[in-house]
Amino acid sequence: MIRKLSARNTGRHPLPVRKSGFCLVALGICVLLLGLMLSHAAWQRRVDGPFFDQLAYVVHDLELTDLCFFTEARYTRHLSQADRFSPFQDHPVSLEHFPTGSIAGPPAGLRRHHDKLD
Amino acid sequence: MTSWIEKQRSILDYTLSSLLRRKAKNISLFFVYTLVVFLLGSAMFFTEAMKREASLILKDAPEMVVQRLLMGRYDPIPVDYLNKIRNIRGVTSAESRLWGYYYDPVTGANYTLMVPRNHPPASEEIVIGKGIAKSRVLGKGDIYSFRAYDGRVRSFTVAGELSAASELVSADLILMAASDFRSLFGLPDSLATDIIVGVRNPKELRTIAGKITELLPDTRPIIRDEMVRTYDAVFDWRGGMVIVLTIMALSAFVIFAWDKASGLSAEEKREIGILKAIGWETSDVLAVKTYEGSLVSFLSFSMGILAAYVHVFFFSAFLFAPALKGWSVLYPDFRITPFIDPYQLAVLFFLTVVPYTVATIIPSWRAAIVDPDAVMRS
Repeated sequence: MIRKLSARNTGRHPLPVRKSGFCLVALGICVLLLGLMLSHAAWQRRVDGPFFDQLAYVVHDLELTDLCFFTEARYTRHLSQADRFSPFQDHPVSLEHFPTGSIAGPPAGLRRHHDKLD
Repeated sequence: MTSWIEKQRSILDYTLSSLLRRKAKNISLFFVYTLVVFLLGSAMFFTEAMKREASLILKDAPEMVVQRLLMGRYDPIPVDYLNKIRNIRGVTSAESRLWGYYYDPVTGANYTLMVPRNHPPASEEIVIGKGIAKSRVLGKGDIYSFRAYDGRVRSFTVAGELSAASELVSADLILMAASDFRSLFGLPDSLATDIIVGVRNPKELRTIAGKITELLPDTRPIIRDEMVRTYDAVFDWRGGMVIVLTIMALSAFVIFAWDKASGLSAEEKREIGILKAIGWETSDVLAVKTYEGSLVSFLSFSMGILAAYVHVFFFSAFLFAPALKGWSVLYPDFRITPFIDPYQLAVLFFLTVVPYTVATIIPSWRAAIVDPDAVMRS
């Protein structure tokens, strides 16, 4: 409005908006969105705090050891309780064939026990 | 200072005009770049968030679980092991657990049957997880039948459902009374699935685990720290299938960036020659190319990261679901909490933006130091 009025009064044409101006605004918006993303993450973590307490309570109450994440095989359902043999015991020369096997490895600390037992 | 800023703005104006002249090429570059950042960012956000969630959720898991191994496989543990473990110095409690698996041929799903020590359901009643309730369309008061170990059919009344909020740990759980569990699986009273152990001083867990192994050589103690570390390893973005995905995405990006960076087009070389001929310094030409690379990189990085954030934390990483589900019939319905920090963003930035920006400057510098006449004639 002011630019239009001033252009009308002075008889001069307003300067075209430079491309770099648009670019800097776009970069500023990107930085702002990234900042908002980090703020939203921090806010959501605070909101979800009681939810984790509730889950931890269920784990404590039912004495659970694992997440219910990979339910396709027993050695992936309770990953931390698995052994080295279950994935291969379906039949002689059986290969581990469940898709989760490509994501999940053997449980941590297994070597410690097998060193003593085998 | 003002004149320096004005000069940089003019160079930026020119850079943008140059980018817009090759609109189609740069837009396709922007999409490919954004897609690579999106894939890498999604994998990193998802795995880090799941790792942190697992450690928070499992912080109250049993301090130690003792299993019995027989012929290399775990086997029901004799209940009389309880007293031997209780007598170890530093052990405050040792209790047996009853749990096992049941395959449901109707849905093709595996359920986890469990006997809770605190408030178990009444005899011939069960409490089911939300995943089972959804897959079998069961509700309070409905009847669910199991095929027992001897082939007989045992029917149970659904007394309730576990809360939807706990689905991440309880989607496939069926809780029942100890007597029902034993009669369903034919498990004698002298055996249990495993033993959970409480200790006075958590720092002594490893020592006590060692004592248990010495006293009962056919057992395997699993301490809480190992349970959490198992999930750390599964959701480590530098391991498992995620690293394969990461390497594939990065390789594709490196080939793409290398193709762009390994040589300038004749048109670009001619442009540099003309700029040099009309008096531009080599540093100005390099500034144009740096701005060009940085602009495309930063915009793609921002868009890729934001898209990855929305994908993982607003839509529960639905693109990864087929890989994570595998052949699982039951899969928990859950929302992921955004555990992200500047370190993750910095790693992504250095994996994508820095190599690309550097890769675009080198050929431009090589073209900018050649005689303009030679560049324009070539």
